Amino acid sequence: MSILVNKNTRVICQGITGKVGEFHTKGCKEYGTQMVGGVTPGKRGETVQGLPVFDTVIEAVEQTGADATMIFVPPAFTADAILEALDAGIKTIVAVTEGVPVVDMIHVYEKIRASDSVLIGPNCPGVITPGECKIGIMPGYIHQRGKCGIMSRSGTLTYEAVWQTSNLGLGQTTCVGLGGDPIVGTSFIDLLRRFQDDPETEAIMMIGEIGGSAEEEAARFVKQYVTKPVAAFIAGRTAPPGKRMGHAGAIISGGKGTAAEKVAALMDAGIEVADSPADMGVAMQRAIANKR
Amino acid sequence: MKIHEFQAKQLLRKAGVAVLDGEVAETPAAAAAAFQKLGGSLAVVKAQIHAGGRGKGTVKEHPQQRGVELVRSAVQAEAVAKNLLGNKLVTIQTGPEGQTVRRVFVEAGCQIARELYLGCVLDRAVARPVLMVSSEGGVEIEKVAAETPEKIFKEHFDAHVGLLPFQVRKLCQKLALTGNSVRSAEKFMRTLCRVFVSHDCSMLEINPLVVTQAGDLVALDAKMTFDDNALFRHPDLQELRDLSEEEPAEVRAGEAGLSYVKLEGNIGCLVNGAGLAMSTMDIIKYHGGQPANFLDVGGGANAKQVTEAFRILLSDPNVKGVLVNIFGGIMRCTTIAEALVEAYKTVGFSVPLVVRLEGTEVEQGRKILKESGVNIIAADGLTDAAKKIVAAVGI
Repeated sequence: MSILVNKNTRVICQGITGKVGEFHTKGCKEYGTQMVGGVTPGKRGETVQGLPVFDTVIEAVEQTGADATMIFVPPAFTADAILEALDAGIKTIVAVTEGVPVVDMIHVYEKIRASDSVLIGPNCPGVITPGECKIGIMPGYIHQRGKCGIMSRSGTLTYEAVWQTSNLGLGQTTCVGLGGDPIVGTSFIDLLRRFQDDPETEAIMMIGEIGGSAEEEAARFVKQYVTKPVAAFIAGRTAPPGKRMGHAGAIISGGKGTAAEKVAALMDAGIEVADSPADMGVAMQRAIANKR
Repeated sequence: MKIHEFQAKQLLRKAGVAVLDGEVAETPAAAAAAFQKLGGSLAVVKAQIHAGGRGKGTVKEHPQQRGVELVRSAVQAEAVAKNLLGNKLVTIQTGPEGQTVRRVFVEAGCQIARELYLGCVLDRAVARPVLMVSSEGGVEIEKVAAETPEKIFKEHFDAHVGLLPFQVRKLCQKLALTGNSVRSAEKFMRTLCRVFVSHDCSMLEINPLVVTQAGDLVALDAKMTFDDNALFRHPDLQELRDLSEEEPAEVRAGEAGLSYVKLEGNIGCLVNGAGLAMSTMDIIKYHGGQPANFLDVGGGANAKQVTEAFRILLSDPNVKGVLVNIFGGIMRCTTIAEALVEAYKTVGFSVPLVVRLEGTEVEQGRKILKESGVNIIAADGLTDAAKKIVAAVGI
């Protein structure tokens, strides 16, 4: 088992005719993902990477039976693309696009939370179940099927964690990049719940960063409900307050959202925290050993 | 993006939020003229810089001069403006070097009965905007939040419907506002919340928000910052950007599509992805070094951007070595390798360069670097990279 996506997931790409959309459609297809089509308004009838292009998501769903989408449209149109996918009944929506206005996401978030669809992102690398389905921009070869569920607010730092767990032979069940924006569709808690319920996932790794309070909320949830071993890392221990570190969400403001606060909350919940980003995999091993 | 107080007040006035009359002045003479134009017996001269704490801040060249000063004549207004303009104001937010004052805002006075606090931000935990008010105006809200959180009152509101009248009444009750002030508050608060959403603000703060002796609410200060990602739909707001208030290297990076933040150390970092860039800073420090910057070249950087990134890094005289850390996903290692080689040749490197590559097309990328003949210290993994650069700069 795995969470969110598997070998039966049928995926379309919104923005497939763009350079980036096409490049990653090809990458996902080569990885073994069941890519079944794409959507670009006005480009109906074209084919990209051997896949049919449609004008609307609803048509793509009707013609291909797609139940997941990967969104690469420009930031000004991303909210609309997400809502179109939702309206068409897509169950797993992955928005890779970076730079979506926060106000747009307030509305999208309300709609998504009131539905039974899941939104991953925006501003995220995507989701992958190794050996079955990759939706997003992560390099496939670093993954190895195994026992860790990995979730992260950052893209390339997720690759780092994946690489370390692969090299240690732990492997992964599913890896999810939540996205680096202030408002994203899925929280650590949503995924903790899914990983806890997934029989194949034996351990969970959480990679957070400064800003907001998502890690503290997750720590409280772990303390109460999660019985599987959990390891964590927080990026930005050396970041100065008031400076936005690339991600719109990564800013220490009003003395809140510091790494120190987050690490304290995680440790209080019995989570094994890596001091160095090079030790995320080792921290996972320690967490597993401690639970035995 | 940040803007000045006087610009924020112009926007608020246009939207129907009560602010006092005021004039911007770039010379002492203009400040005197502004005092006369306002026509009152007193006014306040306020330094306009993109940093808070101005009232308690002092001018480096004139240590007696504060950043905000009450004046009672045109002559006095001129004298205060003379102390401020062209000089550096040091506040708790500017750092010890201070920030040059290029403009002052001369504002009419008013009869203050009470000082309150009002702020509007996004509450990330619930993904909704929230209006916060407090009876403790004029002081640092962080301090109130830490010491007496029971004095801060919050109302979340729907971004599309806005703040509702009953929510204003709830807040008025907490703030002990009555009669005329409740009517004034309804207009003030509801308009402000509307501005927050319509202008794509990331923060809108009125501190202090004053209640005049007549019972009206007036914004005495105004701090407004905007969501950079939404500026594309606000050409009018883009024009308010004051580049002279920003770190030149950060402006240059922004123009090249790079995310750069200058820090105090001597190890320049070039990384793809914000999380990895932050972690690279962290691991340098973990191994005893000091990062000179945060630099995220993003997902789709090309050779030109990487070259510009190197130029920016090397223009910082503190940089004694550079660490490149790339885990390619959307970014291909071949792209970065080619760019590295080209940049190395065109920019002219005189400091050690440590490169760690992993991810999409990594083998080809490493091959390009190896065959280029460029003097690069190759690193295998994060810890190795951090140790090598720290050793190379010789701490």
